Amino acid sequence: MSEESKSSVFIQNLPKIYGIYTGGFIAFILLMAIFEQFGMGADTIGILFIAFTVFIYAGIGWLSRTVQIDAYYVAGRQVPAVFNGMATAADWMSGASFVAMAGGIYFGGHGYLAFVVGWTGGYVLVASLMAPYLRKFGCYTVPDYIGTRYGGNLARLCAVVVLVVASFTYVTAQINATGTIASRALQIPFEVGVWFGLLGILLCSMLGGMRAVTWTQVAQYIVLIIAYLLPVFWMSNKQGFGLIPQFAYGDAVARVIELEALHNLGTAPTESFAGLKALTVPHAEAGTGMAAWKFVTLVFCMMTGTASLPHILMRYFTTPSVKAARQSVAWSLLFIFLLYFTAPALATFTKLQVLDPSLATGIIGKAFADVQSLDWIQKWSNVGMLAISDSNGDGILQINEFFMRGDIVVLATPEIAGLPAVISGLVAAGGMAAAMSTADGLLLAIANALSHDLYYKIIDPSADTRKRLIVARVLLLFIGAAGAAVASLQLTGILGAVAWAFDFAASGLFFPLVLGVWWKRANMQGAVAGMVAGFVSGSAYLYYVYNGGEPWIGIDHLRFAIIGMPVSLIAMVVVTLMTPEPDEEIQRMVDEMRIPKGESVLSASH
Amino acid sequence: MSDISPEVRAAHWAKTKRLTIIVLIIWFIFSFGVHWFADSLNNYSFIGFPLGFYMAAQGSLIVFVLLIWYLAWAQQKIDDESGVAEEDA
Repeated sequence: MSEESKSSVFIQNLPKIYGIYTGGFIAFILLMAIFEQFGMGADTIGILFIAFTVFIYAGIGWLSRTVQIDAYYVAGRQVPAVFNGMATAADWMSGASFVAMAGGIYFGGHGYLAFVVGWTGGYVLVASLMAPYLRKFGCYTVPDYIGTRYGGNLARLCAVVVLVVASFTYVTAQINATGTIASRALQIPFEVGVWFGLLGILLCSMLGGMRAVTWTQVAQYIVLIIAYLLPVFWMSNKQGFGLIPQFAYGDAVARVIELEALHNLGTAPTESFAGLKALTVPHAEAGTGMAAWKFVTLVFCMMTGTASLPHILMRYFTTPSVKAARQSVAWSLLFIFLLYFTAPALATFTKLQVLDPSLATGIIGKAFADVQSLDWIQKWSNVGMLAISDSNGDGILQINEFFMRGDIVVLATPEIAGLPAVISGLVAAGGMAAAMSTADGLLLAIANALSHDLYYKIIDPSADTRKRLIVARVLLLFIGAAGAAVASLQLTGILGAVAWAFDFAASGLFFPLVLGVWWKRANMQGAVAGMVAGFVSGSAYLYYVYNGGEPWIGIDHLRFAIIGMPVSLIAMVVVTLMTPEPDEEIQRMVDEMRIPKGESVLSASH
Repeated sequence: MSDISPEVRAAHWAKTKRLTIIVLIIWFIFSFGVHWFADSLNNYSFIGFPLGFYMAAQGSLIVFVLLIWYLAWAQQKIDDESGVAEEDA
């Protein structure tokens, strides 16, 4: 059978293949549950979960190996909308979404929900302003689009620089997360865990590029969504909130608000523990003025960042048609929504478990000595992720005497709620899948931009296919290693670095990307000015606030795109209008991009 | 290069722009509008939730999902009517 017909049979069989895979994974969970009944330890179960799933991903990566250029860069442009939706969802939901989001809501309450709104609403921008048009364009990478649309290597190079900075910031956080999870589950030192995580990540992407990453990401989505939802459904049933708790936790929110008053929430703790926090922010209270301003500015940065991050945009280059690209954005958001509307529910349930003295699991307001003897309190205290201290010496645990790390909410909830150890293993596998899939997408975005745009388009346009693919793979290896090396230094927490990536991308790339489609007059000089001015001003502001500068009207380091984006827009418009309009060929390119019919602007393999 | 006339292109693009603007207005309201007033909305209750909290935790998200599906459907209709949709591959 020819390569061509083999792959079309494969596409037709996708539902069956992933159906069997999902069944197999559920069977594996059940098998672990049975082993647990027979006395297998929680540690062994955790190791088996990680090893089994990573082994499967690596297997998929091996089977998807390719020597064809368009398979390597855009998975042969034949990924059906639904599956591309799943792959994008996995690409999108990082270790931060999986591990840190519910914890963030637990501690930050309503204010933190700005991430939830921003990371979903951004897809409206992707669908309406970008994805279908970029798909029609037929590019391999985001700088490929910028370089061709505006013309000239300078624009291409600027896009490469912004892409590399934004994605690299993000990928170190993901490799960090794989290291954390691997080191905990496999009981190896963090520094070793990071390299183990990287090995898994590279196994998925090295041989097959985008094609391999696509099919592993679909597999990773299935694991991560099961791992996130199953414990929540289980807990909710146990507490009598019904089978679909996401719609029924209103009463739990109301109860939490009552309990906050009962426990005198808001009294500042008198002690502190490094990296741990006590609960002080009300769950649902929104605030006005500055609080509202901070909320909407964060939403804005996260949304525009979503629409500018190359590892997301390039997923829509892989669909068979413009129509499929549009539908695929819709599927992506639906799959993402499943996790994002569950995270606030999880945060609420966990808070209720901890705060409600009438529940067996409640600890606040109970005798200090009793709480201290609980298994999960001891276990997480031993690893420094949790602390309790009877600050006022009354023998009762107050709300401001209970300290923990945000990550615990997802990782420890199964234990807090008394679920079996198999669930903890499952959650670890889910976190690993989330971090690995995002890291893969990001590494590939960086390596592809450097190999296709920097090496092939700028340095050596005469390179043959074989040489281009070798360069792409070598770069992947080096960038992965650099990411792991930086990650092992543990410079920032997972979430800080993630938000920065969005701000970098939005500052430098948002307007050049959007206006490339929507403003025919936009030219190369304008785009270069927009990228440079936006990126430099945003970065300079970040440098200023991060080194202790006074944030201007509440624009802190999480929101620096609020500075970078207007600068980028103004620079781009002004410089464009001061310089000649783009030539006829480019204008025709824009016309072609705007209608789905006809050949793509760039030829199938360029 | 395709044989679509400039008039057809212009009409198609005008409709596309109109749809995009409508979608972005709805997007704007549910991204920023409702959350700006979250504190006041919290005085109301919706299926047991304080409304401001609900909109951020779920309401806006549901609107976004529906909005993208609507966009995909409506844009396809525009493409079909203008005769610029892709031939079925």
